[in-house]
Order: sequence, then structure tokens, then C-alpha cells
Amino acid sequence: METRDLTRPRGPIVIDIENITKDYVMGEETVRALRGVSLKIHRNEYIAIMGPSGSGKSTLMNMLGCLDTPTSGRYEFNGKNVAEMNDDELAAIRNREIGFVFQTFNLLPRSTSLRNVELPLIYAGIDPETREQRAAEVLADVGLGDRIHHKPNELSGGQRQRVAVARALVNRPSIILADEPTGNLDSKTGEEIMALFEDLYQRGNTIILVTHERDIAAHARRTVHLRDGLIESDHAGFIPEIDMATVG
Amino acid sequence: MPDLFRKSIWLRLAKIDMKRFLYELGESWKIAVAQMRANMTRSTLTALGVIIGIVAVTLMGTAIGGISIGFDKSMAVLGDDVLYVTQWPWKVVDDWWNYRDRKKIKTEYAEMLNRMIEKTPNSNLIVAVPTSSVFRSIKYGGNQVDNVFVLGTTSDFIVTSTIDCKEGRFFSDMESRGGASVVVIGYDVADALFPSESPINKSVLINGQLFKVVGVNTRQGTFLGLFSWDSMVAMPLGAFNKYFSAKPDSDVRVKVKDKTKLADAKDELTGLMRRVRGLAPEKSDDFSINEQQAFKSTLDPVKNSIAVAGLFITGLSLFVGAIGIMNITFVSVKERTKEIGTRKALGARRRTILLQFLIESTALCLLGGFIGLSFAYVMCLGIGKAFPSFPIQFSVGLVVASMIVSVMTGLISGFAPAWTASRLDPVTALRYE
Ligand SMILES: Nc1ncnc2c1ncn2[C@@H]1O[C@H](COP(=O)(O)OP(=O)(O)O)[C@@H](O)[C@H]1O
Ligand SMILES: [Mg+2]
Repeated sequence: METRDLTRPRGPIVIDIENITKDYVMGEETVRALRGVSLKIHRNEYIAIMGPSGSGKSTLMNMLGCLDTPTSGRYEFNGKNVAEMNDDELAAIRNREIGFVFQTFNLLPRSTSLRNVELPLIYAGIDPETREQRAAEVLADVGLGDRIHHKPNELSGGQRQRVAVARALVNRPSIILADEPTGNLDSKTGEEIMALFEDLYQRGNTIILVTHERDIAAHARRTVHLRDGLIESDHAGFIPEIDMATVG
Repeated sequence: MPDLFRKSIWLRLAKIDMKRFLYELGESWKIAVAQMRANMTRSTLTALGVIIGIVAVTLMGTAIGGISIGFDKSMAVLGDDVLYVTQWPWKVVDDWWNYRDRKKIKTEYAEMLNRMIEKTPNSNLIVAVPTSSVFRSIKYGGNQVDNVFVLGTTSDFIVTSTIDCKEGRFFSDMESRGGASVVVIGYDVADALFPSESPINKSVLINGQLFKVVGVNTRQGTFLGLFSWDSMVAMPLGAFNKYFSAKPDSDVRVKVKDKTKLADAKDELTGLMRRVRGLAPEKSDDFSINEQQAFKSTLDPVKNSIAVAGLFITGLSLFVGAIGIMNITFVSVKERTKEIGTRKALGARRRTILLQFLIESTALCLLGGFIGLSFAYVMCLGIGKAFPSFPIQFSVGLVVASMIVSVMTGLISGFAPAWTASRLDPVTALRYE
């Protein structure tokens, strides 16, 4: 079922899940959010996960991001079995290997862009000078070099999401997980964020993107469709005009 | 070798962990302060219990300290290296009838004791001084002071008490032996009789008899109505006996060489007094030997009851304060559930979250502690202004103790909410709206 993006050589496997299920028990009822999902993701892939609302996209994303543990199934992250890791090890993986971008940005409202971006570095035990320097660099990279001392309420939605992207990138993670990153943005700002992701992809980052919008998904090189907790399709999404424009 | 290698890796990891811990600590403090700034009213109200607790504990400590110092100052008149031979012991006794029929202490004992002390090699005692006293009125010109403590003694008296003449001098050995009609007066007496002139060489009238003032003692201050030098006059025992023969109270006080060996000195003095009294070995002592310490311990119940009342108020308000802070920290955790989820997604560990909320509750308590201390300080200044005679002592020890109490309260009250926060499931926390 799996196909590949023919334009690039394959990197090593970063994410390998097999037959993952996730049940949520709500009193009498059990919601089966995932019902046996298998997926292999290589380094420097750009994947869109699509599907209708409630199909299990976020659940899968949380699983991949080591925020949640599966009810059954196997998950290897960078060759290590996630089921065997304890809480602190999972926190360390989230800190170093994974960069999250949320639909609602999830910035600390009272902290400046710089402080927000520094946060993962604090949890990584990086010293204050390096922290500040790296956070400022990454903010400049996402085009916010002149906004580092602004607080979230002094920034536009698109700028806030840029801060969030900078925060996801600052610890140089192996993959970036974005759950509907443009969901709260108008289409023009959404496109700006997508351009940012494209740039990151070109620089060698692995990107997993959850969306239910076709034109957002069109930026990815591979599209996985979910329906009712199962993978419906998984194919290379190759859109020539965008590819030509960016790869040149 | 591999062992050594492993050890060095462990050491490095421990170092990194320590550094991370410090960074997390710093970050938590910043958040806590920002949080308090953002909710200043709420924070101050919540800290109210702690504020009251700290005010109570500080004022209590100050009061106890003040009482001790004031008392010590008054007790300095008695001297901590002087033993007092008296008929009645300086304490409340249940069997008063055993003391009532004791022979009075006579001033002549002093001379007998002094002769014995001279003959004893390595005596722990220096000199015995007789004192007799009555209360009389003193007049000068149109001014009169009633109920003045009139003391008859020898010139050796100055070695047993903290006499310090601000004007003139204490009476001399010659005047003492000759029973000259001279007198040294206390500060308040001088102030009342001589409001606008120097008392030196003026003659005051006591009991219809003229006495020449040779010295005025410096102001000592009174405390809680305790005995003070300020309302006292002293004259040679010879003169005293001549004019105040009617039933004076007499004691003998003995200066001790080394106040660290007070017990030995007491034993020695007991032996000498038994010889003076000619007691057979099987007879029990028919006199009492007292020291300043006995007076001090009479104050202990007062200090203890202040301490108990203070601790009760402190405990109660800190308890109420702790519950308030626990509550507000729970609210804070609830309000920021999504933030906790985000932090966890970014790599915060359970410990990090636990620390963050513990520090928030501690910071609140410290805020309360600081406000409480400032209040207490201002109140102490006020009390000091209103009652200058009450020695106020606002000590560093109290500040440190209050801070420790605040921190402990913060840690205890913050623990339950912080623990809950640290255990939150990241996904549930992120979905929270
Ligand atoms: N924490 C949870 N508790 C109970 N049910 C949940 C929870 N998370 C997700 N679900 C349910 O699982 C299903 C999949 O949800 P989700 O992964 O959020 O879908 P999507 O992101 O594709 O819209 C939904 O039916 C949702 O109601
Ligand atoms: Mg979703």
C-alpha cells in the first residue's frame, strides 16, 4: 500500500508503528479512536494525515508524539520501543526529538516570543546565554527577528504560529508534528505557514501534518487518509507546480 | 578502567541534571513572580492568613525579647555575681510558717563574714556588704518626693551594684566609716527635687534630718514597675542607723569572685553563715541565699503564656492561610491545565511541573511573609514610640524564622495541587478548554 516520493532518496526509518489501537473508555461506552494502524515514516518525509473530523487524526498524532500510549500495538521511535520507556524518558523524547505545533498555538500568554521559544531549551538543560542566542536565531529564521520581545497578544495569528514553529524547531528535533497548524488562520496566513514548512522540509526536516483541508495537504509529499480509526489510503501526493516552484 | 569510565559518565549526567534542575528552578521563580504580578489582588488576599501568622509570630517574639531585655536591664541592679543573704527566699513558698520565725539578718554579719573571707585561702567570695532600708519622704525647698527607698550601706556597695554617678560620686570609705550625713540620690529623685539646678552639695531633708547630696546616679529606667535605682537614695550605714533605727529591713550581699562558680560560692557562703549563726550540724539553715537568677525564673510563666498565645494565633492563621493557598494553587492548576499540557509536550517532566507549582505556592507565602514582616516592623516602631520604656527588639533571628515558616507553609500547602498537576495526563491536559 505504501508508496514513496520518487524525487528523494530514502532516509532511515524514524517512526515505525504496527497495528496500533487506542480505546477511550467513557463510563459504559468505549470509543475506539484507532483500530489497528500501521505506518512507517522515514527521515525527511513530508506527510499529511487527512480525514474527517473524529477519524482519529489527533489521536494518532499524540501517539506519534509520545504524548499518549497505545492500547495495543507496537511503536518504535528511532529504533527504540516506546512502550518500554518511563515518564521521564518520554519527556526527554518529546523535548529533543519531537517538535509540536498546535492548532491553537499554545503559547504562554505572559511570556515574550523569546521566552516562549526558550522553553524547550530550559527543559533540555541548556545554559541561559546559549538559550537566548539560539531562540533569537530561530525566531529570525521564521521571520520574526524584530518581534522577539513581543508578547503573544501583541502579535497577529500568523506571527503567533511562527513563534510556535520556532519553539518546535529550537531543539533541532528529528520530526515536527503539526496538528491542524493552519486551522485558526485565514488562508493567506495559512499559506505563509505552509511556505515555512516547505522551507523546513527542503532543509532536511521530517514533517507530519494533520489537516482536513485539501489545499493544505497538497503541500505534502505523501498523504495518509484516515477513516474511523483505520488507514483508508496512503499514497505519494506529488503536485508538480508546487514542487517545481520550490525545488526549482 | 571501564568502571572508572562509567563513573565519569554518571558524574557528567548528574552534572547536566543538576544544571537542568537549576534552570528549571530559575524558570519556575520567574513564572511564579509573573503569576503573582498578574493576580496581585488575589495573591495578596490569599496570603492574608500567612500575613497575620507572620505578624503574630514576630510580635510575639518581639514581646518576649523585649520583656527579657527589660528585665535583664532591671536585674542589672542586683548584679549577676552577687549573692543575697536574706530571711525570706526570693521565691513563692508554700510553707511560709517555716520562714516567719527565722532570726532577722543583721548588718553586723557583714563584718564577721568579711573577717572569715579574709582568712579563707582561695575564697570564692570577695566582700560582704550590709544593707538596711526604709521608705521615707525627701524634701528640698518646696519639692517633696514620697516613698523613696532609703538605703544604708558601706562604701563597698559600689562593687556589688551597677552604680554610675552622672554627677558627683558615691560616698567614700571615710564617710562610710564615720557615718557622715551624706547621700547619693537616684535620677528620678534628683529630677523631682532639683528641676532646675545641680543637686550636688545641696542639703536634702529626710526624716527631719539634713543630708548633703554628694552624687546623682545616671538614669536607669523602670520596667514593668520593677525596682529601679532611679527612685532610691543611699547613705552610710552609720548615719542610717543613727536616724532610722525603727525596724529597718536588713540584708547582706556578697560579691563573688567568679560568676561561673556561683554554686561553689553559694556553698562557701552557706558554710560561713552557719558559723555566723552558730548552727549545730543537724540543724537546717535559718537563712536564705539568693541570686538574680531566682528572679528571672519568676518571669518564665509570663513569657511562656505569651509564647503559647502567640503560637496559637500563629498556628491558627498559618493553618487558615495554608488552606487558602492550597485552594488558590488548585485554582491555578485548573486555569492553566492547557499550559501544563503544552509544557509536557515541550518536554517538561513531572518533576518540573511539581517544582513549578510548589514554587508558586512558596512564592505566595514568601510574599505574605514579607508583608507580614513589614507590618510587624511598623507596629514595633509604633509601640516603641508610644511606650519608650518598653525595649523593642526586632531581631534578625525573627526575620529568618518568619521566612522559614513561610517557606514551610508554602511547600506544605502547595504539595497536593502541585502533585495533581505533575500527574496530569498530557493529552487530557491539552484537550482541556
Ligand atoms: N481523551 C479522549 N477521551 C474520550 N474520547 C476521545 C478522547 N480523545 C479522542 N476521543 C475520541 O476519539 C475519536 C477520535 O478523536 P480525534 O483523534 O481527536 O479525531 P480528529 O482529530 O480526527 O478529529 C473521537 O470520536 C473522539 O471523540
Ligand atoms: Mg483533531
